[in-house]
Amino acid sequence: MIDFTESQLERYSRHILLDSVGVEGQQKLLGSRVLIVGAGGLGAPAAMYCAAAGIGTIGIVDADAVEVSNLQRQIIHFTDDLGSAKVSSAREKMEAINPDVTVEPVKAFVNASNIVDIIEGYDFVIDGTDNFATKFLINDACVMQGIPFSHGGILRFNGQTMTVLPKESACYRCVFHKPPPKNMIPTCSEAGVLGAVAGMLGTVQAAEALKYITGAGDVLADALLTFDALPMNFRKVRLKRNPNCAVCSERPSITELRDEEQAACDLK
Amino acid sequence: MIMKLTINGEKKEVARESMTVKELLAHQGVEMPDMVSVQINGDFLERDAFDSRIVREGDEIDFLYFMGGGSSA
Ligand SMILES: [Zn+2]
Repeated sequence: MIDFTESQLERYSRHILLDSVGVEGQQKLLGSRVLIVGAGGLGAPAAMYCAAAGIGTIGIVDADAVEVSNLQRQIIHFTDDLGSAKVSSAREKMEAINPDVTVEPVKAFVNASNIVDIIEGYDFVIDGTDNFATKFLINDACVMQGIPFSHGGILRFNGQTMTVLPKESACYRCVFHKPPPKNMIPTCSEAGVLGAVAGMLGTVQAAEALKYITGAGDVLADALLTFDALPMNFRKVRLKRNPNCAVCSERPSITELRDEEQAACDLK
Repeated sequence: MIMKLTINGEKKEVARESMTVKELLAHQGVEMPDMVSVQINGDFLERDAFDSRIVREGDEIDFLYFMGGGSSA
Protein backbone atom coordinates (compact mmCIF):
# COMPACT_ATOMS: atom_id res chain seq x y z
CA MET A 1 0.00 0.00 0.00
CA ILE A 2 1.22 3.42 -0.92
CA ASP A 3 0.57 6.26 1.53
CA PHE A 4 -0.51 9.40 -0.26
CA THR A 5 1.14 12.72 0.44
CA GLU A 6 -1.00 15.84 0.70
CA SER A 7 -0.04 16.89 -2.79
CA GLN A 8 -0.85 13.44 -4.20
CA LEU A 9 -4.28 13.53 -2.59
CA GLU A 10 -4.83 16.81 -4.34
CA ARG A 11 -3.30 15.73 -7.65
CA TYR A 12 -5.48 12.64 -7.86
CA SER A 13 -8.55 14.08 -6.15
CA ARG A 14 -10.73 13.79 -9.27
CA HIS A 15 -9.91 10.09 -9.49
CA ILE A 16 -10.36 9.56 -5.78
CA LEU A 17 -13.82 11.14 -6.02
CA LEU A 18 -14.91 8.43 -8.46
CA ASP A 19 -16.66 5.56 -6.68
CA SER A 20 -15.16 2.94 -8.96
CA VAL A 21 -11.62 4.32 -8.64
CA GLY A 22 -11.20 5.92 -5.20
CA VAL A 23 -8.08 5.74 -3.05
CA GLU A 24 -7.74 2.05 -3.72
CA GLY A 25 -7.92 2.45 -7.50
CA GLN A 26 -5.41 5.27 -7.39
CA GLN A 27 -3.04 3.09 -5.37
CA LYS A 28 -3.40 0.38 -8.01
CA LEU A 29 -2.55 2.89 -10.73
CA LEU A 30 0.56 4.07 -8.89
CA GLY A 31 1.66 0.47 -8.41
CA SER A 32 1.02 -0.54 -12.02
CA ARG A 33 3.18 -0.92 -15.12
CA VAL A 34 1.86 -0.05 -18.58
CA LEU A 35 3.79 -0.38 -21.83
CA ILE A 36 3.01 1.83 -24.81
CA VAL A 37 4.36 0.57 -28.13
CA GLY A 38 4.76 3.56 -30.42
CA ALA A 39 5.15 7.21 -29.39
CA GLY A 40 3.14 8.38 -32.39
CA GLY A 41 -0.44 9.41 -33.10
CA LEU A 42 -1.99 6.91 -30.67
CA GLY A 43 0.87 6.53 -28.22
CA ALA A 44 1.25 10.29 -27.67
CA PRO A 45 -2.17 10.97 -26.14
CA ALA A 46 -2.18 7.55 -24.43
CA ALA A 47 1.19 8.31 -22.80
CA MET A 48 0.07 11.73 -21.61
CA TYR A 49 -3.13 10.42 -20.01
CA CYS A 50 -1.35 7.45 -18.45
CA ALA A 51 1.27 9.79 -16.97
CA ALA A 52 -1.31 12.27 -15.74
CA ALA A 53 -3.31 9.42 -14.19
CA GLY A 54 -0.31 8.33 -12.15
CA ILE A 55 0.47 4.96 -13.74
CA GLY A 56 3.58 4.26 -11.65
CA THR A 57 5.77 2.89 -14.42
CA ILE A 58 5.26 3.59 -18.11
CA GLY A 59 7.36 1.89 -20.74
CA ILE A 60 7.50 3.59 -24.13
CA VAL A 61 8.91 1.94 -27.24
CA ASP A 62 9.81 3.73 -30.47
CA ALA A 63 12.86 3.76 -32.71
CA ASP A 64 12.13 7.01 -34.54
CA ALA A 65 13.07 10.64 -34.16
CA VAL A 66 10.53 13.46 -34.17
CA GLU A 67 9.77 14.81 -37.65
CA VAL A 68 7.84 17.91 -38.55
CA SER A 69 5.01 15.90 -40.18
CA ASN A 70 4.43 14.17 -36.81
CA LEU A 71 3.45 17.35 -35.00
CA GLN A 72 -0.04 17.58 -36.54
CA ARG A 73 -1.19 14.72 -34.30
CA GLN A 74 1.60 13.44 -32.01
CA ILE A 75 0.90 15.98 -29.31
CA ILE A 76 3.51 14.77 -26.83
CA HIS A 77 6.22 16.12 -29.19
CA PHE A 78 6.83 19.83 -29.58
CA THR A 79 8.44 21.85 -32.37
CA ASP A 80 11.60 22.16 -30.26
CA ASP A 81 11.88 18.35 -30.20
CA LEU A 82 12.45 17.99 -33.96
CA GLY A 83 15.28 15.52 -34.47
CA SER A 84 15.17 14.15 -30.91
CA ALA A 85 14.40 10.50 -30.24
CA LYS A 86 10.64 10.16 -29.77
CA VAL A 87 11.14 8.13 -26.60
CA SER A 88 13.30 10.88 -25.06
CA SER A 89 10.85 13.60 -26.03
CA ALA A 90 7.93 11.54 -24.68
CA ARG A 91 9.77 10.75 -21.45
CA GLU A 92 10.50 14.43 -20.82
CA LYS A 93 6.83 15.39 -21.18
CA MET A 94 5.52 12.50 -19.09
CA GLU A 95 7.91 13.31 -16.25
CA ALA A 96 6.99 16.97 -16.52
CA ILE A 97 3.28 16.16 -16.34
CA ASN A 98 3.72 13.94 -13.29
CA PRO A 99 6.91 13.41 -11.27
CA ASP A 100 5.32 10.31 -9.65
CA VAL A 101 5.83 8.43 -12.92
CA THR A 102 8.90 6.40 -13.78
CA VAL A 103 9.38 6.20 -17.54
CA GLU A 104 11.21 3.28 -19.11
CA PRO A 105 12.16 4.33 -22.66
CA VAL A 106 13.08 1.66 -25.21
CA LYS A 107 14.55 3.04 -28.42
CA ALA A 108 13.95 0.10 -30.73
CA PHE A 109 11.69 -1.41 -33.35
CA VAL A 110 9.85 -4.35 -31.86
CA ASN A 111 10.42 -7.63 -33.65
CA ALA A 112 9.92 -11.32 -33.02
CA SER A 113 13.25 -11.65 -31.25
CA ASN A 114 12.99 -8.71 -28.81
CA ILE A 115 9.28 -8.35 -28.09
CA VAL A 116 9.02 -10.85 -25.25
CA ASP A 117 11.84 -9.15 -23.35
CA ILE A 118 10.21 -5.78 -23.95
CA ILE A 119 6.67 -6.65 -22.82
CA GLU A 120 7.64 -8.90 -19.93
CA GLY A 121 6.67 -7.59 -16.51
CA TYR A 122 4.04 -5.12 -17.74
CA ASP A 123 0.44 -5.35 -16.56
CA PHE A 124 -1.07 -3.94 -19.74
CA VAL A 125 0.16 -3.05 -23.22
CA ILE A 126 -1.15 -0.32 -25.52
CA ASP A 127 -0.57 -0.98 -29.22
CA GLY A 128 0.01 2.37 -30.86
CA THR A 129 1.85 1.04 -33.90
CA ASP A 130 1.03 1.82 -37.51
CA ASN A 131 1.62 -1.42 -39.36
CA PHE A 132 -0.03 -4.79 -39.48
CA ALA A 133 3.12 -6.86 -39.04
CA THR A 134 3.74 -5.26 -35.64
CA LYS A 135 0.06 -5.37 -34.69
CA PHE A 136 -0.05 -9.12 -35.24
CA LEU A 137 3.27 -9.55 -33.43
CA ILE A 138 2.03 -7.60 -30.39
CA ASN A 139 -1.17 -9.67 -30.40
CA ASP A 140 0.65 -12.98 -30.59
CA ALA A 141 3.26 -12.06 -27.98
CA CYS A 142 0.66 -10.69 -25.54
CA VAL A 143 -1.58 -13.76 -26.00
CA MET A 144 1.38 -16.10 -25.45
CA GLN A 145 2.64 -14.18 -22.41
CA GLY A 146 -0.89 -13.66 -21.04
CA ILE A 147 -0.66 -9.87 -21.00
CA PRO A 148 -3.88 -7.94 -21.73
CA PHE A 149 -3.56 -5.25 -24.37
CA SER A 150 -5.43 -2.60 -26.29
CA HIS A 151 -5.37 -2.75 -30.08
CA GLY A 152 -5.86 0.49 -31.96
CA GLY A 153 -6.01 1.52 -35.60
CA ILE A 154 -6.78 4.81 -37.31
CA LEU A 155 -7.13 5.90 -40.89
CA ARG A 156 -8.33 9.20 -42.29
CA PHE A 157 -11.46 9.92 -40.22
CA ASN A 158 -11.89 6.40 -38.85
CA GLY A 159 -10.70 4.61 -35.78
CA GLN A 160 -11.11 1.20 -34.23
CA THR A 161 -10.06 -0.39 -30.98
CA MET A 162 -10.51 -3.58 -29.00
CA THR A 163 -9.13 -4.82 -25.72
CA VAL A 164 -7.79 -8.36 -25.63
CA LEU A 165 -7.82 -10.46 -22.49
CA PRO A 166 -5.64 -13.38 -23.61
CA LYS A 167 -7.55 -16.67 -23.94
CA GLU A 168 -10.61 -15.07 -22.36
CA SER A 169 -11.79 -12.75 -25.09
CA ALA A 170 -11.40 -12.53 -28.86
CA CYS A 171 -7.88 -11.60 -29.94
CA TYR A 172 -6.84 -9.52 -32.94
CA ARG A 173 -6.04 -12.68 -34.89
CA CYS A 174 -9.48 -14.17 -34.08
CA VAL A 175 -10.95 -11.30 -36.09
CA PHE A 176 -8.34 -10.46 -38.69
CA HIS A 177 -6.56 -13.81 -39.16
CA LYS A 178 -3.43 -12.53 -40.90
CA PRO A 179 -2.03 -9.30 -42.34
CA PRO A 180 -3.59 -8.13 -45.61
CA PRO A 181 -1.65 -8.92 -48.76
CA LYS A 182 1.40 -6.82 -49.47
CA ASN A 183 1.67 -4.45 -52.45
CA MET A 184 -2.09 -4.04 -52.71
CA ILE A 185 -2.34 -0.59 -51.36
CA PRO A 186 -0.53 2.66 -50.64
CA THR A 187 1.70 2.81 -47.60
CA CYS A 188 0.67 4.32 -44.29
CA SER A 189 2.80 7.36 -44.86
CA GLU A 190 0.74 8.12 -47.96
CA ALA A 191 -2.60 7.87 -46.15
CA GLY A 192 -3.91 10.84 -44.26
CA VAL A 193 -5.44 11.02 -40.82
CA LEU A 194 -7.22 13.82 -38.99
CA GLY A 195 -4.99 14.60 -36.02
CA ALA A 196 -7.82 14.74 -33.51
CA VAL A 197 -8.98 11.27 -34.62
CA ALA A 198 -5.66 9.90 -33.38
CA GLY A 199 -6.29 11.72 -30.11
CA MET A 200 -9.78 10.26 -29.79
CA LEU A 201 -8.55 6.73 -30.26
CA GLY A 202 -5.37 6.97 -28.19
CA THR A 203 -7.46 8.43 -25.39
CA VAL A 204 -9.89 5.49 -25.55
CA GLN A 205 -6.87 3.18 -25.30
CA ALA A 206 -5.57 5.03 -22.23
CA ALA A 207 -9.04 4.82 -20.65
CA GLU A 208 -9.04 1.07 -21.25
CA ALA A 209 -5.67 0.73 -19.50
CA LEU A 210 -6.92 2.76 -16.53
CA LYS A 211 -10.15 0.75 -16.36
CA TYR A 212 -8.31 -2.54 -16.55
CA ILE A 213 -5.95 -1.60 -13.74
CA THR A 214 -8.55 -0.11 -11.43
CA GLY A 215 -11.22 -2.67 -12.31
CA ALA A 216 -13.69 0.11 -13.09
CA GLY A 217 -16.44 -0.87 -15.53
CA ASP A 218 -15.98 -3.32 -18.37
CA VAL A 219 -13.13 -3.19 -20.84
CA LEU A 220 -13.78 -3.49 -24.59
CA ALA A 221 -13.34 -7.26 -24.59
CA ASP A 222 -15.18 -9.33 -27.20
CA ALA A 223 -16.04 -6.07 -28.90
CA LEU A 224 -14.60 -3.83 -31.57
CA LEU A 225 -15.37 -0.16 -31.18
CA THR A 226 -15.31 1.58 -34.54
CA PHE A 227 -16.03 5.18 -35.33
CA ASP A 228 -16.24 7.42 -38.33
CA ALA A 229 -15.59 11.01 -37.32
CA LEU A 230 -17.15 12.47 -40.49
CA PRO A 231 -20.76 11.77 -39.43
CA MET A 232 -19.34 11.13 -35.91
CA ASN A 233 -20.90 7.68 -35.73
CA PHE A 234 -19.73 5.20 -33.12
CA ARG A 235 -20.47 1.51 -33.27
CA LYS A 236 -19.60 -1.42 -31.05
CA VAL A 237 -19.46 -4.72 -32.92
CA ARG A 238 -19.80 -7.79 -30.71
CA LEU A 239 -17.06 -10.31 -31.28
CA LYS A 240 -16.37 -13.78 -30.03
CA ARG A 241 -13.32 -15.96 -29.90
CA ASN A 242 -12.63 -17.87 -33.07
CA PRO A 243 -12.37 -21.57 -32.19
CA ASN A 244 -9.91 -21.92 -35.08
CA CYS A 245 -7.77 -18.92 -34.10
CA ALA A 246 -4.15 -19.54 -35.04
CA VAL A 247 -2.85 -18.21 -31.74
CA CYS A 248 -5.45 -18.26 -28.95
CA SER A 249 -7.40 -21.46 -29.71
CA GLU A 250 -6.95 -24.80 -27.97
CA ARG A 251 -4.70 -26.07 -30.73
CA PRO A 252 -2.86 -23.03 -32.04
CA SER A 253 -0.94 -23.32 -35.31
CA ILE A 254 1.29 -20.41 -34.25
CA THR A 255 3.37 -21.40 -31.25
CA GLU A 256 6.46 -19.34 -31.98
CA LEU A 257 6.69 -15.63 -32.63
CA ARG A 258 7.57 -14.64 -36.15
CA ASP A 259 7.83 -11.42 -38.09
CA GLU A 260 5.00 -11.12 -40.57
CA GLU A 261 5.66 -9.59 -43.92
CA GLN A 262 5.24 -5.87 -43.76
CA ALA A 263 2.03 -4.67 -45.36
CA ALA A 264 0.55 -1.25 -45.84
CA CYS A 265 -2.54 0.32 -44.34
CA ASP A 266 -4.97 2.02 -46.70
CA LEU A 267 -8.46 0.77 -47.45
CA LYS A 268 -11.38 1.54 -49.69
CA MET B 1 -37.28 -10.26 -55.01
CA ILE B 2 -35.88 -8.08 -52.30
CA MET B 3 -33.64 -9.46 -49.61
CA LYS B 4 -33.45 -7.70 -46.24
CA LEU B 5 -30.06 -7.67 -44.55
CA THR B 6 -28.36 -5.84 -41.72
CA ILE B 7 -24.98 -4.57 -42.84
CA ASN B 8 -22.73 -2.92 -40.26
CA GLY B 9 -25.76 -2.40 -38.05
CA GLU B 10 -27.87 -0.77 -40.75
CA LYS B 11 -30.94 -2.33 -42.33
CA LYS B 12 -30.44 -2.69 -46.05
CA GLU B 13 -32.52 -4.04 -48.87
CA VAL B 14 -30.81 -5.76 -51.72
CA ALA B 15 -32.69 -6.31 -54.94
CA ARG B 16 -31.41 -9.84 -55.38
CA GLU B 17 -32.68 -13.26 -54.46
CA SER B 18 -29.33 -14.68 -53.57
CA MET B 19 -25.74 -13.67 -53.76
CA THR B 20 -22.41 -14.77 -52.34
CA VAL B 21 -20.50 -12.75 -49.76
CA LYS B 22 -18.01 -11.85 -52.46
CA GLU B 23 -20.83 -10.52 -54.64
CA LEU B 24 -22.28 -8.64 -51.68
CA LEU B 25 -18.93 -6.98 -50.99
CA ALA B 26 -18.77 -5.81 -54.60
CA HIS B 27 -22.43 -4.75 -54.49
CA GLN B 28 -21.74 -2.66 -51.38
CA GLY B 29 -18.85 -0.88 -53.05
CA VAL B 30 -16.05 -2.55 -51.10
CA GLU B 31 -13.19 -2.10 -53.53
CA MET B 32 -10.63 -4.08 -51.59
CA PRO B 33 -12.19 -7.23 -50.10
CA ASP B 34 -8.71 -8.29 -48.98
CA MET B 35 -8.82 -5.44 -46.46
CA VAL B 36 -12.07 -6.66 -44.93
CA SER B 37 -12.82 -9.34 -42.39
CA VAL B 38 -16.42 -10.58 -42.50
CA GLN B 39 -18.60 -11.67 -39.63
CA ILE B 40 -22.06 -13.17 -40.31
CA ASN B 41 -24.55 -13.46 -37.45
CA GLY B 42 -21.67 -13.14 -35.02
CA ASP B 43 -19.48 -15.83 -36.59
CA PHE B 44 -16.31 -15.23 -38.55
CA LEU B 45 -16.30 -16.23 -42.14
CA GLU B 46 -13.06 -17.66 -43.44
CA ARG B 47 -11.79 -15.69 -46.41
CA ASP B 48 -11.88 -18.72 -48.71
CA ALA B 49 -15.63 -19.01 -48.05
CA PHE B 50 -16.41 -15.50 -49.41
CA ASP B 51 -16.98 -17.13 -52.77
CA SER B 52 -19.25 -19.92 -51.58
CA ARG B 53 -21.24 -18.55 -48.63
CA ILE B 54 -24.66 -17.46 -49.85
CA VAL B 55 -26.13 -14.44 -48.11
CA ARG B 56 -29.60 -15.19 -46.73
CA GLU B 57 -32.60 -13.07 -45.83
CA GLY B 58 -32.16 -11.64 -42.35
CA ASP B 59 -28.38 -12.16 -42.14
CA GLU B 60 -26.52 -9.70 -39.96
CA ILE B 61 -23.26 -8.97 -41.67
CA ASP B 62 -20.34 -6.95 -40.39
CA PHE B 63 -17.49 -5.78 -42.58
CA LEU B 64 -14.51 -5.17 -40.29
CA TYR B 65 -11.73 -3.22 -41.91
CA PHE B 66 -8.03 -3.52 -41.39
CA MET B 67 -6.82 -0.26 -39.94
CA GLY B 68 -3.23 0.74 -39.32
CA GLY B 69 -2.28 4.13 -37.98
CA GLY B 70 -0.17 5.13 -35.02
CA SER B 71 3.60 4.97 -35.06
CA SER B 72 6.20 2.83 -36.81
CA ALA B 73 7.59 1.37 -33.58
ZN1 LIG C 1 -7.52 -15.46 -31.11
